Amino acid sequence: MDLGRLTHMANQIAKNFAVHGEDAAIAATCQHLQLFWDPRMKAAILNSDRAGLDPIAAAACGLLAQDQVQDQPVPQGEDG
Amino acid sequence: MGYERQSDFGTPEVQADTNVTLTIDGRQVTVPAGTSVMRAAAQSGGAIPKLCASDNMAAFGSCRLCLIEVDGMRGTPASCTTPAGEGMVVHTQTPRLQKLRKGVMELYISDHPLDCLTCSANNDCELQDQAAAVGLRDVRYGYAGDNHLGLAADSSNPYFDFDPSKCIACSRCVRACDEVQGTFALTIDGRGFASKISAGQAGDDFLSSDCVSCGACVQACPTATLQEKAVKEIGKPERAVITTCAYCGVGCTFRAEMRGEQLVRMVPWKDGKANRGHSCVKGRFAWGYAQHQDRITRPMIRESIDLPWREVSWDTALTFTAARLTAIKAQYGARALGGITSSRCTNEETFLVQKLVRAGFGSNNVDTCARVCHSPTGYGLKTTFGTSAGTQDFDSVMQADVILVIGANPTDAHPVFASRMKQRLRPRNGKPGAKLIVIDPRRIDLVRMPHVEADYHLPLQPGTNVAVLTALAHTIVTEGLADEAFVKERCDWDEYQDWARFVSDQRHSPETLEAVTRVSAADLRAAARLYATGGNGAIYYGLGVTEHSQGSSTVMAIANLAMATGNIGRPGVGVNPLRGQNNVQGACDMGSFPHELPGYRHISDAATRKLFEGDWQVTLDAEPGLRIPDMLDAALDGSFRALYVQGEDILQSDPNTHHVAAGLKAMDCVIVHDLFLNETADYAHVFLPGSTFLEKTGTFTNAERRIQMVRKVIEPANGPSGQGLEDWQVTQALANALGLDWNYANSAEIMDEVARLTPSFAGVSHAHLDAAGSLQWPVNEAAPKGSPIMHLDGFVRGKGKFVVTDYVPTDEKTGPRFPLLLTTGRILSQYNVGAQTRRTPNTVWHGEDLLEMHPADAEDRGLKAGDWVRLASRTGETALRLEVTDRVAPGVVYTTFHHPATQANVVTTEFSDWATNCPEYKVTAVQVTPSNGPTEWQASYASWSQKSRRIMAEPAE
Repeated sequence: MDLGRLTHMANQIAKNFAVHGEDAAIAATCQHLQLFWDPRMKAAILNSDRAGLDPIAAAACGLLAQDQVQDQPVPQGEDG
Repeated sequence: MGYERQSDFGTPEVQADTNVTLTIDGRQVTVPAGTSVMRAAAQSGGAIPKLCASDNMAAFGSCRLCLIEVDGMRGTPASCTTPAGEGMVVHTQTPRLQKLRKGVMELYISDHPLDCLTCSANNDCELQDQAAAVGLRDVRYGYAGDNHLGLAADSSNPYFDFDPSKCIACSRCVRACDEVQGTFALTIDGRGFASKISAGQAGDDFLSSDCVSCGACVQACPTATLQEKAVKEIGKPERAVITTCAYCGVGCTFRAEMRGEQLVRMVPWKDGKANRGHSCVKGRFAWGYAQHQDRITRPMIRESIDLPWREVSWDTALTFTAARLTAIKAQYGARALGGITSSRCTNEETFLVQKLVRAGFGSNNVDTCARVCHSPTGYGLKTTFGTSAGTQDFDSVMQADVILVIGANPTDAHPVFASRMKQRLRPRNGKPGAKLIVIDPRRIDLVRMPHVEADYHLPLQPGTNVAVLTALAHTIVTEGLADEAFVKERCDWDEYQDWARFVSDQRHSPETLEAVTRVSAADLRAAARLYATGGNGAIYYGLGVTEHSQGSSTVMAIANLAMATGNIGRPGVGVNPLRGQNNVQGACDMGSFPHELPGYRHISDAATRKLFEGDWQVTLDAEPGLRIPDMLDAALDGSFRALYVQGEDILQSDPNTHHVAAGLKAMDCVIVHDLFLNETADYAHVFLPGSTFLEKTGTFTNAERRIQMVRKVIEPANGPSGQGLEDWQVTQALANALGLDWNYANSAEIMDEVARLTPSFAGVSHAHLDAAGSLQWPVNEAAPKGSPIMHLDGFVRGKGKFVVTDYVPTDEKTGPRFPLLLTTGRILSQYNVGAQTRRTPNTVWHGEDLLEMHPADAEDRGLKAGDWVRLASRTGETALRLEVTDRVAPGVVYTTFHHPATQANVVTTEFSDWATNCPEYKVTAVQVTPSNGPTEWQASYASWSQKSRRIMAEPAE
C-alpha cells in the first residue's frame, strides 16, 4: 500500500478528531482505523516506521497495534 | 382494455379539514371543502366536457365548455372555477348546456384542420373527444374565413414538434410551463384572433428559448399541437406499464407507453409520489440509448487488454471468468478479489453483487459509487441521527417556510424536485412563498430565476463549508435563537452544551471567519436568523457538501444546525440529501460498503454476521474490506488482482484518472458488466452485456427512501428474444460458474431474502409494492406502511448526538502556480459520465464540457468565450473550451464531467473526506492558460480507447 497516502489519511482522521481532546481523539482515531481500514492497510501502517504520523495518529496506531496483538488468536484466513 | 390515458379530474386535489356534500346529476358526492364542481363530478364517475382544465394546474376558466347549471344560481358558471358547496344541486347535462357547448365547439373547430384520420393524435385527442361529447355535427360558420391553418411547424426540439395550425389557444402549455415546471418559457403572444403560443422572445424557436424540454407542455396539450415526434413516427401506444426512471435520485415514476415491444413514449405517472406527474428532459425523452448502435449485446473476453475483444457464448465467457477468479483466489487469497455494485442497477442486483463478493469471492472488498458521492452522508447522519438517509419525503417541502440549499443545484441535477421546490418558493393560493437561502460558490439558477429569488446567497470560498456552518451555529447560539426545549427533550444535553460552547467561541463568529469564507458577515447572520426563526426550516444539500476533505464534518454540522433549531421530526423541516443516482440510496441500503452488511450493520458485529452466515451457509470475513481508492492502491502493490464492476465507469467518474488507469492495468481480471464499452472497459478482460432499466424487473430506492418497482417492458437485448438475461441473472450465472448453487427464479425472491435479513426492509416485497405503489423504509412491524418522515418522536439512535466539527482547511491550496479553484458538477441535459445521455439527442444542449470562468479572470489571461484553454492542476491537465460568466466568483472556475473527451477527472486530486475517502472533487487548485486544442494526452487517450475497443471481426467459436 502507498504508505504516504495511508499516513496522510491517518493524520487527516486525527486532525478532525483533535478538537475532542487528546485522549478522546486517540481513542476515536484508533476506532476509526479499526472500523474502516482493510487489514492490509492497518498492517502497512503498523509495520512502517510511522515517522510521518502526527502525535495523535501515532498514539492511535500504538493503541491499534495492541488491539491487533490481542486479536491474534482469531486470524481471518486469507483464503476465507 | 387497450390504451387509455390516465384519468384527469380537471382541477387539483384539495386538502381540507371539512367536507361538503352536494348532488351532481342526482348522485350524492362528498368532497373536501374547496374542491371544484368539475373535480367532484369526475370523482363520482361523471365527465363534464373540458378543454383548458387539467388536474395538475390551477383552474383557468377560459374554454367555456365546462359550464354547469346549479339550482338557485343564475347563469351557467364554469365548473372548474365553481367550488362545491354544501347542499348544492348541480346539473351537468341539460339541453341549455348542450346548446352552449356546441356553440363553443363550433367556434374552435371552425379554425382547426379536419384531418383527424391522418392526424398523429387521432383517437388520442381531447378536442376530438370533446367534439364527440358535445355532439358536434356541423360548423355553421364554414371553414373559409380567416384561420391559422397555414402556420408553419417548429421542429427545433429533438423530441417534440410544435404545430401552431392545430392550436386552440387553451393556454394549458403555458400554464404547465409556469405552474408545473416553473420555467416560464412560454407565453401567449398577441390578443384575440392573433393569439399565438410563443416560446421565448420573438425570433426564438423552442430550442433557442429558455425551454428546458421537460415535456410538461406536451403532456398538457389537448391536441396534436405539441406532441412527441415518436408518436408521429410510431403511432398511438397500445398499453402502458408503470415503471421507475433510471436517471437521478428523484425517482420519477412513468407510464411506459408501448406498442408491441416498442416504447412509444414515457408519460409521468400522476400517482407517483416522488414526481407527482412531472418529469425532466432525461426521464421523459432520453431513453433512446437502450437501442443505440453502441450497445454490446454479446459477452466478450480477451487474454490481455492489448488484444482485441472476442465475442463468445455466455458459457465460454463465464467459464473463462470463473477460471481466472479461482486461480487468483488460490494464489493470492480471497482478499485479492472484489466488486463494485451499481447505483444504476436494482436493489436486487446490487444485493446479489455484494453477496457474490462476500459469500462467493470470500472478501468484503465491495464498494459502490456512493464512495464518490454520498458516503459522508452515510457516516454523518448515522453518527448524529442514527440512520444513513434523508429525514423527509419530497412532499414535505410544500410545508417548509425557509428552504436552505447547500452545495446542491437542484434545477440541473434534481430537476423534478426543483420544480416542486419552486412551487413552494412562489406565492400560491394567497400563501406567501417560502424564504430561500442558497449557500454555493456559484450563482446557481435558483438564486435568481423567474418568480424565484433567494433572500440570501452566501457565495462561499470552495472548501469552507464547515466554517460557514459553524458561523451560522455561532449566530444562532449566541443570539439565543436555539430551540433548547427541543434539544433538552430529544438530544443529549451535555453534548449540546459542549457543542454550544465550541461554536460560541469568538473565533467562530461570522466576522472573524469572513476572511476565510469570503461570505459577508451581515448576510450570514441574517441568514442564520431567518433559518432559526422563520418557521419550518428545511435543509437540502448535495455533493457540494459531501465531496470535500471535510464532507462528513459538513453533514454533521448540518445535522447539528437542524437539531439546535428543532427543525427535525415533522413535515416541512429536516435534513435532506439529494442523492445523485437513481438507486444510490438503495445500493447503500443493500450493503455495498466494505464495512457494512445490508441495513448498515457493521461487518464486525458478530450477531449480524451470524445471521447472514446462517442464511448463506458460508463464513464471512469479519474485517472491513477495501474501498474503491484503496482497491486501486492495493492493485498497484499486487495484493488486489480481480474486480467485477457492474454498471459503473470508475475510469471516468473517479478522481485522478491516471491513477485509476494504473490500478486497473495492474489487475489480472477486470470484469465489466455494462451496456456499452465504457472507459473502464478499456482495461477489462471480460465484458458481460447488461440490461437497461426497460429490460428488467426489480426495485429502485430514491433519495426519500422510497422503494419503487421497475418493470420489464422489453426483452433484454443481450440474447435472442426470450433468452436475454437481466443483470441479476448474469450475476447468478457467474456465481454458479464459481460453484455457488444459486437458484433465484425471479427478482422478487431476492427481495424476499433482503427482507428476511434486513430489519428496515422486513415488510418489503414485490407484492406489497404492487399493492401500495411505493414504500418508504423502514417498513416493518412498527411501520407497516413505511415511514415518510423519520425521527418523529425520537431519533433512531435514541438521543440526537451533537458532534463538534472543527474547521480543518483542505490540503489542496492555491498558490502562484495554481491560483484558481476548480469545482465540478452536472448540467440538466446530461447525466453523470454521460454513457446514456451522450447517446441521445440531449447532446444538442450540451455537446461538450465547457469551463466557466469569471470575466475578470478571463480578461487577466487574455481569454474570451469559445477559446480553447488548458486546465492544469498538480495532478494532470486537459483542454476544453471556455465560457465566460459571472455565475462563478473571481478565482473560481467550474466544469462538468460528462464527456470522456475532456476527462475532467484527469485534473482532480486524490484528496478526500477524512472519514469516508469520498473524493474532494469540489476543490482543485488549477491554472488556466490559452491552448490550441486538445492536449497530447487527450489525443493519445482517444487512440488508445479506439484500439482497446476493437472487436475481432469473426467470432472465435
